[in-house]
Order: sequence, then C-alpha cells, then structure tokens
Amino acid sequence: MTSAAATRLPRRRRPGWVDSFLLAVRIAAIVLLIWGIAGTVVKGINGEGPTGEAWRDLVVAGIAQGAMYGLIALGYSMVYGVLGFINFAHGEVFMSGGMVGFFVANYLWDIRFWDTNFVLSILLVLASSILASTLVAVIVERVAYRPLRDAPRLIPLITSIGISFFLQYTFAGLFGVAVKNYPPPPDYLRARIGFLDLEIEGTKLAVIVVAVVTMVALYLFVEKTRTGRSIRAVAEDKEIAALMGINVDRTIVATFAVGGAMAGVAGTLWALLFRGVSFITGFLPGIKAFTAAVLGGIGNLGGAMAGGVLLGLFEGVGPQLVLAGFGIPGVSQLKDVVAFTALVLVLIFKPSGLFGERLAAEDRA
Amino acid sequence: MITIDMRRMLRWGMTAGGVMTFTAAVGMLEAFEDRLLIYPVLSLGYLLLLWFVPVAGYQSSNVAVLEGMEAPPRGLHNVIAGAVTGLVGGVVLALFAIVINAFDLRDVFVPFSLKLVGLLTYGLGVPEGLPYAVLAPAALGLVGGLMHLLPASVRRRVILAVEWVVVVALLEQVFSQILRQIRLEVVADRVFTLKALEWWAALAVAALVAAVAERTRGGFGRMRERLFAGDPRQRTRNSAWMAVLVLVFLIIIPQLLGSLLSEVLANVGLFLLMGLGLNIVVGLAGMLDLGYVAFFAVGAYTVGVLTSPLSPRFTLEWSWWAALPVAILTSALAGLLVGTPVIRMRGDYLAIVTLGFGEIVRILFLSDWLSTTFGGAQGVQNIPGIPLGFTEVSGVGPEGVLYFALFFVLLAAWISWSLQESRIGRAWTALREDETVAAAMGINIVRAKLNAFIVGAILAGFAGALFAAKLGSVFPSSFELLVSIIILVVVIVGGMGNIPGVAVGAVVLIGVLGGPNLPGLLAEFAEFKLLIYGALLVFMMLRKPEGLVPSVRRSRELHADELTQDAWLDKSGTLAEAPGGGRGAG
Amino acid sequence: MVMLDIHNLHKSFGGVEALAGVNLHIAQGEIVSVIGPNGAGKTSFFNVVTGFYPPDSGEILFEGESIVGLESSRITEAGIARTFQNVRLFLNMTVLENVMVAQHCRTRAGAFHAILRTPFLRREEAEIRARAEEILSFFGTRLVGYRFDQPALSLSYANRRRLEIARAMASEPKLLLLDEPVAGMNPRETAELTGLIRKLRDERGFTVVIIEHDMRVVRDVSDRVIVLDHGVKIAEGSYDEVSSDEAVIEAYLGRPAEVG
Repeated sequence: MTSAAATRLPRRRRPGWVDSFLLAVRIAAIVLLIWGIAGTVVKGINGEGPTGEAWRDLVVAGIAQGAMYGLIALGYSMVYGVLGFINFAHGEVFMSGGMVGFFVANYLWDIRFWDTNFVLSILLVLASSILASTLVAVIVERVAYRPLRDAPRLIPLITSIGISFFLQYTFAGLFGVAVKNYPPPPDYLRARIGFLDLEIEGTKLAVIVVAVVTMVALYLFVEKTRTGRSIRAVAEDKEIAALMGINVDRTIVATFAVGGAMAGVAGTLWALLFRGVSFITGFLPGIKAFTAAVLGGIGNLGGAMAGGVLLGLFEGVGPQLVLAGFGIPGVSQLKDVVAFTALVLVLIFKPSGLFGERLAAEDRA
Repeated sequence: MITIDMRRMLRWGMTAGGVMTFTAAVGMLEAFEDRLLIYPVLSLGYLLLLWFVPVAGYQSSNVAVLEGMEAPPRGLHNVIAGAVTGLVGGVVLALFAIVINAFDLRDVFVPFSLKLVGLLTYGLGVPEGLPYAVLAPAALGLVGGLMHLLPASVRRRVILAVEWVVVVALLEQVFSQILRQIRLEVVADRVFTLKALEWWAALAVAALVAAVAERTRGGFGRMRERLFAGDPRQRTRNSAWMAVLVLVFLIIIPQLLGSLLSEVLANVGLFLLMGLGLNIVVGLAGMLDLGYVAFFAVGAYTVGVLTSPLSPRFTLEWSWWAALPVAILTSALAGLLVGTPVIRMRGDYLAIVTLGFGEIVRILFLSDWLSTTFGGAQGVQNIPGIPLGFTEVSGVGPEGVLYFALFFVLLAAWISWSLQESRIGRAWTALREDETVAAAMGINIVRAKLNAFIVGAILAGFAGALFAAKLGSVFPSSFELLVSIIILVVVIVGGMGNIPGVAVGAVVLIGVLGGPNLPGLLAEFAEFKLLIYGALLVFMMLRKPEGLVPSVRRSRELHADELTQDAWLDKSGTLAEAPGGGRGAG
Repeated sequence: MVMLDIHNLHKSFGGVEALAGVNLHIAQGEIVSVIGPNGAGKTSFFNVVTGFYPPDSGEILFEGESIVGLESSRITEAGIARTFQNVRLFLNMTVLENVMVAQHCRTRAGAFHAILRTPFLRREEAEIRARAEEILSFFGTRLVGYRFDQPALSLSYANRRRLEIARAMASEPKLLLLDEPVAGMNPRETAELTGLIRKLRDERGFTVVIIEHDMRVVRDVSDRVIVLDHGVKIAEGSYDEVSSDEAVIEAYLGRPAEVG
C-alpha cells in the first residue's frame, strides 16, 4: 500500500544537469537581486544615492518609455500570434513613422503653425506617422512575407532581418544619415504638471495618456469589430478560419496594418520623449519591444502593453536600484544589459511570459 | 494564339520603373556615376540604374515551359513586349525626373538634387532630355525581348559574356594587380583606363567568354564525376591530389595578389572561419544564433588581455601561442554558458536571446565597470603579433596573416567536415529535421545542441584570437551585432550546411562587398553596403533559400514539394540516377 | 518474465483523462496488440511509456526499473523503441542515414575520434553502415541497393512505414512499440507486414506491442490483446476471448438503446 501511495504523487521529469544549472541561475538571480536592492536601501538610509524625487522621476520616465515599447510590442505580438514568426523589421516600421512625422513637424514649424496651434500640429504629425508606418508594414508584408507563408519558420525571420537592414539604409539614403531633431514642444508641456499628488513632466504625462487611449482603441477594435474577430480567428487556426469564409490574406494585411499603426503612434511618442530621430532609431527599441512582447506573453495584447511598461520600469529603475547597490560605477550605461537580462531570465523562469501566450496550436511546440 | 499580356507587361514595366527610381532616389546613381566601368561609355551608376530593365524586358514575355509542353512560338511579340516594358519603366523614371526638377525637395530627400536631374536626362535637362530618359530604358527592354529570338545556346553565351565583362570591369583592381605581379604592366595599362575597361577590351573579353563558354558548360560536373567516381582507393588518391593542388594554389595566391589584396583575403579568411563555425550551429544543428559575435569577442579579448603589455589589469605579456589555448577555453566556456539556458527554447526565441547575449557581452566590454580589465571604449592596445621563431605574423604583413588564416580555415573546414560525417553530424541533422523524433531515436538533444554550440564558439574564439593579433588592438566597436548578422548572411548566401558554400559566400560578400568596417574590393560601395546586404538576404530567402552553392540536403528540404511530386509521377527511380538533380523549375 | 510492468498509470490533458489508471504488463517475447476505439488512449499510452510526456501518476517498470520521468532518449537507450502513427521519418536524410542515425545511443565515437579519424571511428562507422544495411535487408529488396542513398521523402507510403520500423530496430531495443504499422496499406502489403511482425519476434527476438485497427492483423499476430476505452483497460486475453467480450463490443458499437 505504501508504494501505491507513493505513486499517487504527481510526477515530473527527472532533473538533469541542465535543470540544475537553470536552478542555480534562478537562485543566483534572486540572490543578486535582493542583495543589490539591499545595498541600495542601505545607501539610501545613509543619505547617499538618488533622492525620493529622483526615484519618482525615474519611475515616471520608465513608465513613459515603457508605454512606447508596449505600443511597438503590440505589432510584434499580433504578427507572431497570426503568422508565428518574429517580424524583426517592425522596429524599422516604427522608425519610418517617426521619420516621416519629423518632416511634417518641421514643415509646421517653418510655417509657424507648430507654436500657435500645437495640439492640431501634433495630431497632424501623429496622422502622418501612422500613415507612414502602416504603409511600410503593409508593403513589407506584400513583397516579402506573403510569398513565404508556408516556408519553415526561420526563413521569414531571416528575411525580416534583411528587410530591417534594407529599410534602415534606404532611409539613410533617402533622408541622409544625420539625426533629425523635432521642434521643441511648447513650454506648458515641458513644465511639470500636477497630477494626483505627483508632479509629472508634461510630455511624459501626454505619452502615457496617448498610449492608454490607443490601447483602449485597439482593444475595442480587436474585440468588437468584424476585422478584429477575423484576426482572432486567423490567429487561432488559419485553415479553419479560411473554411469559415474569412479572407485570410486580407486579415493578415489588416494585422500588419494595425501593428504598423500602433508603431506609428509610438513613433510620435518617441519624438515627444527624445525629439531626435535617425535611420537607426528603430533598431534597439524594436528589440526591446520584442522583449516586452515576450515578457508579457506573446500573442497576448494586454500582456504586450504590460510587458512594455514593466520593461521600461526595469530599464529605468533597475540599474539604479539593483546594480548601484553593488557599487558598480556608471550604471546607466548598463540599462540595455538589464533589459536583455530581463529577457533571458523571463525565458528561463517562465517561457510563456508573465501573462500567458495566446498562440495558434501549431506554434505552441 | 499569341497573346500579348498587357497586365504582365505593365507589371514588369512598373517594377523596372520602381527599381530605377529607387536606385536614383537613394543616391546610388549619383554616388557611382564617377566610377567608370567601360571606358568611356558606361559608369557603375548607370549600370546600377539600368541593369534591371533588360531583365524585366525578357521576363515580361517569358513563359515557363514545363517538361513535355511545347515551347510557345517566339517572335515579334516578345520584342514588342520587351520594348513596351522598358517604355513603361522609362515613363516612370521620366516622371520622377520631372518631379524633382519641378519641386525643390532637397530639404527632405537629400539626393534629390539638380545634378540627379541632369544624370537622369543624360545631361540635357528636363524638357530636352526626357525623350532619352524614356527611350533608353525602352531600347534596353527591347534588347531584353530580343533575347527570346536567340537560340538558347547563343543566349547563354551572350548572358555569360555580359556577366564576365561586368565582373572584370568591377574587379579591375584584382586583374590589373595580377597582371602587374606577373610583369605584364604593359597589358594592364592598355586594357584599363581610369579603373575602367577600355571599350575594345570589353568586346574582347566578351568575345573570349562567348567562345569558351560552351566548352566549359557542365565541365565541373563531368570533372567531379571523373574524379570522384570509381573505386574508393582511386577516389582517395584523386582527393589527395586535389588537396595538394589546392594547397599549392593557396600558397601561390598571396604572392600574386600583393599586400592590399592579401589584406582583403585575410579578412575573408577570418570571416570564413567564423562562417564555418556558425554553419555548424545554424546550418547543421538548425539553431539561429544571432549573438555569434560574442564568442569572437571573448576570443579576441582573452588574447588581448593576456598578451598585451598595455593590458589594463594584467601585465602577463604571454606569447600568442600560450594565450590561444586559454582563448579557446574561454570561448568554449562562453558557448556553454550561453548555450545551456537557450537550448530548450523555441527556435525564434533562441535567436532573440542569443542576440541579447551578444549585446550584453559587448556592453560589458564597453562599460566603465569592467574598464579596469578590458579598457572600456579604448579597449586593449599594443597586442603583439604571432611569433613564429623566424618571423612574426601581424597586421603589418598581411601575407603572413593570410597564410595563417588559410591554415586555420583549412583546419576548421576539416573539423566541420569530419564532424558532419560522423554520428555527431548525423545527430545534428536529425534534430534539425524533427527534434521530438530525434529524441525518441535515442539522441540526447541537450548534448547534441550543446556540442554544436561549443564547437561553433571555439571556431569563433579562434577567429577572435587571430583577429586580435592581426589588428594589434581590440575594442568593443569591432563586436557589434552587425558582425553576427553579416556572418549569418555569408552562411545563408553561400549555402547553409555546406562548407564550399560558406567559402563562396565569404569570398563574394566579404571579399567583394566588404565586411563590417572592413573594405572589400568594391570599397566604393561602403555607404550602400548594408543596403545591398539586406536586399541580398531578402532576395536569397525569396528566390534561392538554399544558397549559391547548396548542400544536397538543404535543397531537398526547400524544394520538397517538387521532389515529392516527381517521385510520385516517376516511381521507377529516374531520380535515383541523378540524386539531388531533381530541383525542378526552381 | 515480465518486461514492462505498468501500475495505475494516469495522464490527463487539460481535464480530459487520456489514461485513467491503466494496469498492464508485457512479458518478454510476447506480441501484444492494444486496441480500442478512437480516443481510447492508445497513442497516449505509447507517448507516456516512451517519455514524450511524464505521467501524472503511476509507475512504469521496464525490466524491473522505473523509467518514469526519464528523457525519451534515455528510455530509448534503456531499450524501448517506437514508430509513429503519422509516420515521422527524417525526410531529407537518405534511407540509410535514417537507419544509421538511430544507432546513435549504441555507438560511442565522440568529437575527438571524428576529428582525428581514428581507426576506432572508421571501424565503428563501418559497423554502423553494415548494421543499417543488414536491418534494411529485413524488408526484402524494397529498401536496399539504389534506395540506400535516396532521400526518405522519395519513398512510397508503404516503404516509409517499413523504413520507420527499420529505424526503430536500429536502436537495438528489447521492446518495439508499433503505432498502426499497417495503416494505409493495401491488403497484399498488409499481409506481408503481418508476417514480418511475427518474424520480428521469432527471428530477431523483439518483444512487440502494436496498436492496430485492422482486426485481421490483430488476430493473426497477437498472443494477447489488451482493450482500452476511455483511458482504462476494459478487457484482456486472447483474440477470441476479447472479440466475444461484451464490454468490448459495447465499447466499439455503443450501448444498445435501452428499451422502456
């Protein structure tokens, strides 16, 4: 009877040395995390390190930047959900929005419309940015990805790397390699604004508000419209969706278009946050946004947004909070290391992301 | 019967117009207008502008002829289709010229200058030159269409002749250098003017190629059959002879090329070394590693830190030979550390995570935090060369580096080949095909994947060690993500999973176009290098995913449908007599 | 002697119990058929035994030792090999390579031997090849000669099934699990393969478990038949016993409509 009782215990795979190694990595990560934070706290008690206000700024900046990552991440997440591959060129889709937006903004500045009517100006910039990103996303899908619908899954990924470089250097050739600075936003946006109990820089508040509004719009689109339903159906199972009379090609184009539009919004937000755009602007945020999508669970739209904000926070606060605790000099150089380490750790701890993946059956393998 | 497909012509015409407009708009026409190819008629700029038009003219009335179908009659309609295609393209280009002439868009589009208008209208300005802007593509399209009227063998000769003329003109440096080295300066000076082929020399090259073309056709295949068929002993003897021949050729080559070209070839060797390593990881084991540069960096930094007298922390000043085993060890260790967490991941996650690791490694080398050991942005300077007793191999004498690189490349090629042809290689192939089944057949997936990762890392570590000694210094900007991507392109363009393929990829891309921060033979391409890399990658994936020199297995995989169909149609096994030859109409 | 001994095996997928407490044993040298209607848990049974999924609970003893939770490669090494319902060959590898690769866990030459091409490696490679050729000759002339170097994807359906069995044999198992070996074959091919399954045991000494829907095959080859339904064993015995068992008939045909 004892043996019968023993066999009732749930069984798992017997751990091999790889499992032990991963376990060690987990433990080390947690220990280092706690140790670093403790170090920072001790410093804080001793009156060293950033002040309370500085911390708050770091958090707000992290959230704002994270919201932008989140919007880009939506594009990765949707395409991955529907087609099952990483659209490496999505960062360039984002960049093209920011780049085209710059020329509109610059024109509006030249005709002195930007100063007098900033809100309308930024809406025009936003519209052009969305248009450009959507267009680029759709063209790329048509030219490069559609012929590869049934190819082994790494083939479209490699193609998208090629597209990424092609787009970067096309933009470099067309618009020059210099960094282009958006005209400055009006003073009232640059000032600090009281919001609840906090004082927040106006641009960052605007970024967060725009991101939230966009996210709500996207949610309504995906849940309530016909096209949104088709996208969800195609993400679930392409063949069955086709049998149900859904035009799969058109739905995939719609997916790219929506993802592109989100990236276009992010392009304008980037301009508000950093002002400078150049042909390589899209690359790193692109990879970060993919990290955000994985963090939140790929295919999961709410997760992508949440993952973006989390990643922004890790990046904004992490170096000061954890690394500075070890007395490491120049921690702000290491923010990308923090972001990529977060990616690696998430995939070790929870490969399906923090909020769960939503993928078609054949992609779950 | 003979219908002219208007939509098809229009589509190809618009495509041709798009390609031309793109070339002009990104600034290629203007940038390469000074580089003459055929004196005095053709510059590289115009070649890049117009090359696609005859292709489109040919394609617009090209009908794929399946086996057993009767070829459609060829005639005037082909020529008309070609001309119309060219005409459409020309109209697009002329409209583009009108637009940039009418509006001053230079504030937005940097290359849209009046000079560009001049180039597009052949120096005649907008109203006067427009007819030429339209008619030149039309004429070229017509030429493309005319190709249909030539018998197939003649057509092949013409195309081959044109290709060779372009290659000779582009690689003027190589040809004139070789001529000079064998004391034929007189010929070199006559044939090349201002880096361009004289027009009569171009004609001569074309004639020569056209004459020889038919004889060598299929020659390689026949030669290979003669050499490698027959009984095993004969085969071994022939392989040995081939090896000796190749070796002699490789020894002579640096003497022929002189130091400038040896430098380029040494870079090719370095990248080939890494390409062979990545080929094991990507091509054989099927893991897309985008952070491969990390192992290269680890190898280079290990050697730098151990050998340099200016190493920030240690002053060991070891010899390169003592540092090499340590470099191999550290890069293998890095392979193990990066490999272990990623091998259980889905293929595309693995790609992004390795990319992340690559960036982490670079940023750490760059950071202030570790600068007391690795020197931060300045890196490690004054790395000595490789002592060989009688001489020292370093960047000063690229011939020496080239010999060294060649030696290591041969070693790496041998290692990859012998692993590929063993049970380890079979396990890699099996797990690339179907991981679950491979595990069920008794293959330890974890071990097989880690093996591949570590062997790949070691080869990159080798390359890094050599790189440090060649350059004399290491700093973080040599190890950007771009390097990983370019090695990947080398492997893919050459042919994944195939050693000769990787070699061809390295020679063509690194040698001719140039690597990251390394000029190739076409140094003038520098600013458009990555544009071309990107376009090439996309083109290869769409049209020829098996690469320039495909491995038999890879082309089977990518053309599986065709082959299966063939097999069903023809069960008697004609395919068996020509294994791998059933590529169909790919 | 009992080769495979299974106690109270449970496995569920998202609330659906594929195996709900299976108890069975396979003796050495037996040919046992596992039958049951679609969705009865037959293939899940194979998947759990070969380590594709760990069971939720229960014990699997192979030659007296527990193999629960082992990686599937370790289980193959221990001596269990299988084929798949939807033939899963390495399609781009040649026929010979498919069989050679399955000898992986029985061979030893590592990277060192491979790179230096030691005599040990050469001998082992020759043995691997010879063994592969010998195993393929088990199927008559169908998979030999020029077929050796053909990619597996050029094979006909029946030949693919044969090659899959050959591949499983190459890992030198004691226990062979064949998942619907004759599915999709014509009657002549079926009859031939039925004979071969007997030969697998009689000449080669494998213990064989097959999942099969074709009742003629089941009748012709099995020493014993085990019937699964809804993840539990509902009957066991000779073909004749099982085929007249009421529970079995009910499982296949459904419960007769109750009157009144």
